[in-house]
Amino acid sequence: MTAMLKSREAILALAILVLLAVVAIRFPAFVRPGNLANVLTDTAPLIILALGQMAVILTKCIDLSMAANLALCGMVAGLMNVAGLPLAVILPAVIALGAILGAINGLLVWKLSIPSIVVTLGTMTIYRGIIFVLTDGKWINAHQMTEAFKALPRAIFLGLPVMTWTMIAIVAAFALIVARTPLGRALYAVGGNPHAAVYTGISVGRTQFLAFVISGALAGLTGYLWVARYAVAYVDIAAGFELDVVAACVIGGIAIAGGAGSVAGAVMGAIFLGIVKNALPVVGISPFAQMAISGVAILVAIAFNARAQGAKGRIILKKAEHKQLEAGA
Amino acid sequence: MTQGTGTPQATQRHIPDRLVPGWQRGLKSWETLLLAVAVAIFIANSLASPWFLDPWNLSDASFNFTEKAMIAFAMALLIIAGDIDLSVASIIALASTVMGAAMVAGAPVPVLVALGIGTGLLCGAFNGLLVAGFGLPSIVVTIGTMSLFRGISYVALGDGAYTGYPAGFAYFGQGYVWWVFTFELALFALFALAFGLLLHGTAFGRAIYAIGNNATAARFSGIRVDRVRFILFLLTGVMSGIAAVCLTSRLGSTRPSIATGFELEVVTMVVLGGVSILGGSGSIPGVVLAALVMGLVTFGLGLLNVPGIVMSIIIGALLISVIALPRLWQMARR
Repeated sequence: MTAMLKSREAILALAILVLLAVVAIRFPAFVRPGNLANVLTDTAPLIILALGQMAVILTKCIDLSMAANLALCGMVAGLMNVAGLPLAVILPAVIALGAILGAINGLLVWKLSIPSIVVTLGTMTIYRGIIFVLTDGKWINAHQMTEAFKALPRAIFLGLPVMTWTMIAIVAAFALIVARTPLGRALYAVGGNPHAAVYTGISVGRTQFLAFVISGALAGLTGYLWVARYAVAYVDIAAGFELDVVAACVIGGIAIAGGAGSVAGAVMGAIFLGIVKNALPVVGISPFAQMAISGVAILVAIAFNARAQGAKGRIILKKAEHKQLEAGA
Repeated sequence: MTQGTGTPQATQRHIPDRLVPGWQRGLKSWETLLLAVAVAIFIANSLASPWFLDPWNLSDASFNFTEKAMIAFAMALLIIAGDIDLSVASIIALASTVMGAAMVAGAPVPVLVALGIGTGLLCGAFNGLLVAGFGLPSIVVTIGTMSLFRGISYVALGDGAYTGYPAGFAYFGQGYVWWVFTFELALFALFALAFGLLLHGTAFGRAIYAIGNNATAARFSGIRVDRVRFILFLLTGVMSGIAAVCLTSRLGSTRPSIATGFELEVVTMVVLGGVSILGGSGSIPGVVLAALVMGLVTFGLGLLNVPGIVMSIIIGALLISVIALPRLWQMARR
């Protein structure tokens, strides 16, 4: 299993390198370290959210409300800033708010056993709707935000912006959680075989709940980073971003049926999409082609991943069909 | 998935010798609940706004749900069989773009309609091939094709638009069959009947339930599972193509962003209609009622000048609470 996972990640890493090479042939400047760092910073929100989504998908769930959660927390961060609260209050507050919004999803999935796709489909529209109710559809623009609020994600520390460092810290924390903690094992156990997980003393619902809290908290944090970096907050920020996040996970080889996938995969899936997005305008392809390209990338990735999920109970019939075909011919 | 639910009360309760009456009763009570909700919303609306009961207003309001409901019928079958198609809105965008390109090239109305439906058919076949043919999970396949189909529209159109459809084309989205009854409403009724018969009155319909409940068992009992699933994707594609014809005709223009978010509203409609998102149960009358409920809510709130995004909060809350309430009630009773 690990060998297969490793090889899948190797393929993805290779795909990223090929992509970079193709761009570099025409535009060597694209692969300069400085520009690659910019691409990484630009992709940081996608990477952070992809990790949260990965935790949820590992447990056989899906969180479609992540982008709406991000937008709501970002708006609340903006409103708190306008109200004059210091960053030391805003940051914990939005992370907590994100965690609470995630916990609402998690509770509905855990306590009422409503399928996660239904729950998050509902909360996705509700969370985004609340932004409108809070603001009456008004924007918070750059001039209304304090300098300190806007400066933090862009502040350079050891050559990289704080936003990138935040992402790196979260990736490191995730790698640790997944590999070294009971929660990490539980995420895989619940998704891999829920019944077996119950017999080993792991609560399926509670693990799913925790996964949603994690994804919510990360969405909350990203909400602040997003609003502060782009210096604007309105109802529709990050609209549709939840699908990019799911796409990053799928490209990264996180099995949608749960129980399989790695932190490195999710990160590389996000980076792949990030490079495509940043390279298109450079190479001179219309940015409108981005959607079609990421669609093709998703389909290719699923085809690669499909090997991991053979359909059980079909083998006998496959053989029977084969014989039938031979007899027919 | 949830440990322990179901087993404790099963020992106390009467265990039926056949499974059918059980879920039939369940479905009936669900539809009764929906009907009650629909009637309550209807009454509340007619009390809240003096303009609600005007037949022409109601006729206009039907556009809120007719196109989505047409897709929802096919989607219901697909979800009952345990699959899902998130690419329906993108199929609309692609079909509309193909029609727009043909219109610019001077194609007559029948050709436009055929191209719209044909594009839907091809897109459905593509999804079906990947899911049923290659055995890939439908949710991720259709997330991929969702990007791909609309992506092709964006490549073709960019931020431009096709406008200037011929006058004869307007009938599908703006025409009236009789009095206040629009062509779309007639199509809605026709498809409700057709899909109801298909699901509840044919062997094909039984096969859909069988696959949704246990695809492996269905396969062992001689149902050509992959063929049925392929046909369902085909049907969903065709219905999206038909919806594309209606929507394009109604709007009179094509943009790549056409029908954005439709897939979620269609899925909401199906789930609200009592179709289990896990597959295996649900009914067409339920989906019809859910379409009416969603249409009435949107229209009634519109008359009260409630902004669209607040309506979406209410639809979202409706989706969750309609599913959560019976479960909460069950938990409270235990």
